[in-house]
Amino acid sequence: MTATLTAPAATRGLVEITGVRKSFGATEVLKGVSLTVEPGGVAVIVGPSGSGKSTLLRTINHLEKVDGGHITIDGQLVGYEVRGDRLHELHEKEILKQRTEIGMVFQNFNLFPHLTALENVAEAPVVAHQPGKARRTREEARRRGLELLGRVGLKDRADAYPRQLSGGQQQRVAIARALALDPKILLFDEPTSALDPELVNEVLDVIRELAKSGTTLIIVTHEMGFARDVADTVVFMDQGQIVEQGSPQQIFSNPQESRTRSFFSKVLEPAFNI
Amino acid sequence: MSSAAMRVAQSHQTEPAAADGPPAAGTARDGAVARQAPDYSSYRVVAAKHPWRWVGTAVVALGVLAVAWSLATNPRWEWGVVAQWFTAQSVVKGLVETLKLTAISGILGFVLGFILALMRLSASPLLVSVSWTFSWIFRSTPLLVQMLLWYNLGYLYEKISLGLPFTDVRFFEVQTTTLISQFAAAVLGLTLNQAAYSAEIIRGGILSVDQGQLEAAAALGIPAWRRSTRIVLPQAMRAILPTAFNEIIGLVKGTSIVYVLAYSELFYTVQVIYNRTQQVLPLLLVATLWYVVITSVLSVFQYYIERHYSKGAVRNLPLTPLQKARKFFATHTAVPTRRNI
Repeated sequence: MTATLTAPAATRGLVEITGVRKSFGATEVLKGVSLTVEPGGVAVIVGPSGSGKSTLLRTINHLEKVDGGHITIDGQLVGYEVRGDRLHELHEKEILKQRTEIGMVFQNFNLFPHLTALENVAEAPVVAHQPGKARRTREEARRRGLELLGRVGLKDRADAYPRQLSGGQQQRVAIARALALDPKILLFDEPTSALDPELVNEVLDVIRELAKSGTTLIIVTHEMGFARDVADTVVFMDQGQIVEQGSPQQIFSNPQESRTRSFFSKVLEPAFNI
Repeated sequence: MSSAAMRVAQSHQTEPAAADGPPAAGTARDGAVARQAPDYSSYRVVAAKHPWRWVGTAVVALGVLAVAWSLATNPRWEWGVVAQWFTAQSVVKGLVETLKLTAISGILGFVLGFILALMRLSASPLLVSVSWTFSWIFRSTPLLVQMLLWYNLGYLYEKISLGLPFTDVRFFEVQTTTLISQFAAAVLGLTLNQAAYSAEIIRGGILSVDQGQLEAAAALGIPAWRRSTRIVLPQAMRAILPTAFNEIIGLVKGTSIVYVLAYSELFYTVQVIYNRTQQVLPLLLVATLWYVVITSVLSVFQYYIERHYSKGAVRNLPLTPLQKARKFFATHTAVPTRRNI
């Protein structure tokens, strides 16, 4: 066993975002955002719609190319390679390799509707190239897939197609799918926004479990109660910038910025604010 | 229950209505004291009657019968001649040629169409415009003209050669007329024409797949080729298949246009025969019946292929006709009196 294999999970998954800018046409949606998430940390990003939360999340796995600034994961640049004094854009193959270390869960699940729950989970480990790891055989991937479906409480629905599952179950399959490649980092893009209220908790419970596992989590959400529960760091974004960040107590109970205060006064239930 | 109660309340307001309801209406008239939910459980249900549906059915049935009768009894259809030629060796040979043309130009057409669709969806403006121009030209000229043009290519270009452009180096050179036989001209014409149409069908299918599917696959690090074949195409197939089968069925009959090249497929064969025997209508009927047979077989394939690709798109797959029949016989033979109960 080498040191890297036995090292605890919490030593990997450091995310450093430095001065990231991104525009869509004439609108600048990220105006120089910097953020550090420690290995095994749980960062929850909150803020009004259109504040750039989702875009920031999508730059971390290079689904969105940045216009300025850079992002590193455990010191390695995302999407670029340093050669001399230049940043060379990586080929798609290399980018795909980087993405295998970053799992992502989408608002609309984006499960593959023509594949069963288990096939959804077991697809990537068989075909994706992971740095320093051999691709799994179908059989291994199936076994691991079943294990992961068990972990999200859906072992008995392994052969169901996504349309035969409830929204909450679909999102839990999507989480199992994101876990299948043993990522260092998990990104959640409003994972409960498309769910009926009574299904929200079954998904949040799964994420709570993950928060204890030592994987770095970056979560965009509107569930403030959940954010207070699970986060090490709460980040408040508005108009493409980080307005304020800190521990949940600091941000929810004693926000320093007026924009933060006015946002929370609108979204927090009075009872919650005690 | 509650609606019955409401009716009771209403009949109170609007004076004793003619009691078309059950006994409960009577109780209501007596006063509000003994108001009770009416009990319909002993009543017989009479199905609604649809007399005009029956009239319509009868009229159409008469029409169908009349057509069938005239087909069977009018001697000028010459069914004997039809039967005699239906499986004649020359006709079957023509049929095989038709099937060959359909299969080859169908497959090549869809392969080329797939490439054209990918070109059209690519980021390169040159590839996009080449693909667009191809579809534009081949969709806007009559197939007949294309066919004759390919066949007469030798008039435009005497020789076809492969070499380095703008030099005298030639790797191989051939007379155009020997290269473009009737068969080659037919396949070329049908394939290119088919490709132009199928490119649009496939492009439409690919566009119908949600962008989120590609994003999810990319986020999982699934390689590009696998993304197309495993994630996008199977989903695009649902949009592609119905129109694609339409095209193939069109192609089956479209091959008959090859008769202008005197290529002996089904339709040309039949023409040659009736020019000799003067039995025009019965022989056209022979060709027609074969086209109907091919189309019917294709429709069955279509049903099962579409069903295969609807996996996951519908909550439960509908039963196939065979399964339905089996279920029908299973339930109706096991409990024969069930419908009378």
